[in-house]
Amino acid sequence: MSKVTQDHLNVNGTKFTIDDSWLGESLLYTLREQLGLYGSKNACEQGECGSCSILLDKALVCACLVLTGSAIGRDIKTIESLAPEGSLSVIQQAFVDAGAIQCGFCTPGLLVTIEDFLDDNAEPTELEIREAISGNLCRCTGYGRIVEAVRIASKASTDTQGTADDGN
Amino acid sequence: MTATETYKVGARSGVGVSSQRPDAVPKATGEFSFSSDLSSHNMLWGKTLRSPHPSARIRNIDYSEALAISGVHAILTASDVPGKNLFGLEHPDQPVLADDIVRYAGEPIALVAAEHPEIAADAISRIHVDFEVLNPLVDAESAVTADPIHPEGNVIRHLVIDYGDPTSSGDVTVEGTYEVGMQDQAFMGTESGMAVPSPDGSVDLYISTQWLHSDQNQIIEALNLPEDMVRLTLAGVGGAFGGREDVSMHVHLCMLALHTGRPVKMIYDRNESFLGHVHRHPAKIWYRHHANKDGLLVKVEGKIILDGGAYASTTSAVLANACCFSTGPYKVDNAQIEGWGVRTNNPPCGAMRGFGNVQTCFAIEAQMDKIASALDIDPVELRLKNALEPGDQIITGQKITGAAPVKEVISSLADHPMPEPAINDLLARPGGTGRTTDQKHVKRGVGFAVSIKNLMFAEGFDDSSEALCEVNDGSVAIHTACVEVGQGFVTLVHQIAEEVLGVSDITVIPADTSIGSAGSTSASRQTWMSGGAVLKACEAVVVNLIEQIAEEEGVKYENLDGALVSEDGTKTIPIAEALRGRSFQEKVVHRHAPTFPLDEKGQGNAHVSFAFAAHRAVVDVDQELGLVRVVEIATSQDVGRILNPIQAVGQIEGGITQGLGLAVLEELVMKNGVIQNANFTDYLLPTALDTPPIEIASLIEEPEPGAPFGAKGIGEPPTISSTPAVVAAIRDATGLDLRRVPVRPEDIALE
Repeated sequence: MSKVTQDHLNVNGTKFTIDDSWLGESLLYTLREQLGLYGSKNACEQGECGSCSILLDKALVCACLVLTGSAIGRDIKTIESLAPEGSLSVIQQAFVDAGAIQCGFCTPGLLVTIEDFLDDNAEPTELEIREAISGNLCRCTGYGRIVEAVRIASKASTDTQGTADDGN
Repeated sequence: MTATETYKVGARSGVGVSSQRPDAVPKATGEFSFSSDLSSHNMLWGKTLRSPHPSARIRNIDYSEALAISGVHAILTASDVPGKNLFGLEHPDQPVLADDIVRYAGEPIALVAAEHPEIAADAISRIHVDFEVLNPLVDAESAVTADPIHPEGNVIRHLVIDYGDPTSSGDVTVEGTYEVGMQDQAFMGTESGMAVPSPDGSVDLYISTQWLHSDQNQIIEALNLPEDMVRLTLAGVGGAFGGREDVSMHVHLCMLALHTGRPVKMIYDRNESFLGHVHRHPAKIWYRHHANKDGLLVKVEGKIILDGGAYASTTSAVLANACCFSTGPYKVDNAQIEGWGVRTNNPPCGAMRGFGNVQTCFAIEAQMDKIASALDIDPVELRLKNALEPGDQIITGQKITGAAPVKEVISSLADHPMPEPAINDLLARPGGTGRTTDQKHVKRGVGFAVSIKNLMFAEGFDDSSEALCEVNDGSVAIHTACVEVGQGFVTLVHQIAEEVLGVSDITVIPADTSIGSAGSTSASRQTWMSGGAVLKACEAVVVNLIEQIAEEEGVKYENLDGALVSEDGTKTIPIAEALRGRSFQEKVVHRHAPTFPLDEKGQGNAHVSFAFAAHRAVVDVDQELGLVRVVEIATSQDVGRILNPIQAVGQIEGGITQGLGLAVLEELVMKNGVIQNANFTDYLLPTALDTPPIEIASLIEEPEPGAPFGAKGIGEPPTISSTPAVVAAIRDATGLDLRRVPVRPEDIALE
């Protein structure tokens, strides 16, 4: 029989009490089916498609390849944390504006990846963008509008940064 | 001009602008609910036991050990199928669960419902099936005469097109045999859904699919239930591309839910997804083209074999497309074409974007380049010389009565500027940062290809879509059973309703089986069919509105550009304003012009409308290692009229990328009937680095008569001639013949 453990999962700043029967699950399954955080997607569950991309202690990983037991006490950030409810982050807004979303199944994973990427490289070239998102498969778009969304977002971030600096 | 510079989503709606998808924000936040995100109180997980053998007899199934596992609630086999143990998209020939024989590796045999997916998987591994393994039939050519593997025989369809004078001949002939490997739709969201039973013995199925009513018709036969006891609602679909047109887990989920009395959810993992849906037909195609000295086609002879795998699915219709369009977008007075769609013990094949035209287009375009080379004519000029024009006949004797801007498509693309020479960036080099070559060993090539695609269902199928437009005091709700798979139909519903009614408060009611069929989201048909139904339903509201006002005021109004204008011209009321305080409910069924079957010579008006596209590919090739980098693909396409520019671009870029995949990456590798690479590690989809910038040279807007707003379907053409364009470019760079797709490194380096 399963029982509640002393362990917690720290997801998006919230501490979740977990059941010890979850420890052997993939973190993706636990996030989705136990905690109801369905934003991370399950397209291959073998680390090839990037649709379950999350940040684990600020490192970009595929949640499907992480054992829930190994994520105890670590800082987990999922798509659900990208923007406060009712608003969109810069890159989310850029996806909407650029027409980067079709079926949308790859979208959350791409957004987490790009958010992480733009943190490190605020003004990427087109090839750098393509390299950065090459671990995230998309079958609908051919990536054209996605690359465009990253361009829009990187420009917006740079502009905002510029304005903020001027203001200060 | 690149597409990038042209399009941006705007807030304005109506037809012809890039209005925003209504589901864009929930998809960006992760809140959008896909079929794999469903959950319910007391829910069980379903799992399928599949045959590891492509051909075997089942002697015995022992599931006692599996059933004894704690948390396992049901194990079902063929004897538990309540109704007919057969289903099929065009006709029922495939068991819901294999009874005594399995005919392909991956065929479902037994079902488990358990408390947790891992318990279900454990139970599956403890079901013991005693197989008598048989020799599989895996060669499509020998299937024609081999012992039948199915009671219906091995030849699903044999089609002959006998057009013009068979004795005619040209000054030159070119001949070739071509092969197309098995491509997969590889939609990102795998098959998933949930069935919820009711105490009255009925069931609700929430499922990702392409055609709710076709699913329902097949499920009720297998469950032996009346239509109103099997209700389907569309759950969020993560792409489709043809692979969801057939029933997969639908009956299985309903059986498990009805048996256990609990909601049952199922998600195929990627491996099972590859086993659980139909693929693009592998093809072997022989052609002999005859042309005169000027390069005009005189006659085309062809033989086409499509491997349908173990069950029929849509093989018959795919073969019809392959044969009807086996001479491409070109005028030719004589054709002798023979095609076979056959059964083998390979995985079943059916619908995938391009539907039969992809296979023949690859071979046709290679042949056109051979004619150009034999006569020393520029390949683009040769295509222009032979291009179909309005009023011309295709080889089924059908006259093209609509728009056919083939020459405009070709010329506008040929005139488009070429990309810059190779840049010295490792990421832009074949082999990338692996530093497998240096720039001076990289060869560049250019290839050109053109395609034709029929739009909508064919050969006499009664093709319809129903739409309901409900108006309540200025707000509008639209209901259809049209499946949104990502293509953007939901956006078009908003745009069409706003265009006609001038109202921006529009709701799209979820697609389900409580309204009449919308047909399938396939065949580039939903904008025309369900878009047409929505348009007519909204227009019917306006007609009723005018009648109502006439009764009330005694004044007759006319609808002029979204406003009601009184007969004497003194009063004008915007429709949105006139709708305030009123209620309407209009339901209409929309049909396209009828089509007809092909006769014994393959002649007849079997198709509704045609769309054309051209692609020009530029590649860099490292011939020593056989690595290809596609540098750019440019395109022009015949679109009728663009209803939403940014969605049109999305369809074109995505479709071209799937064509690129077939050209150089994607193939389900078969070994004696068993797929060797049913996973994303070994089945290679184009990544963002494999995909080049896509240049849209021109979208030709020549409105199509009979089409709502004149818009042609745009989803399939991008996938068709992009493949031969890439391969032609590799031939140009390497001088190799390359008669097979995908082109593998070994085909280049070891030749």
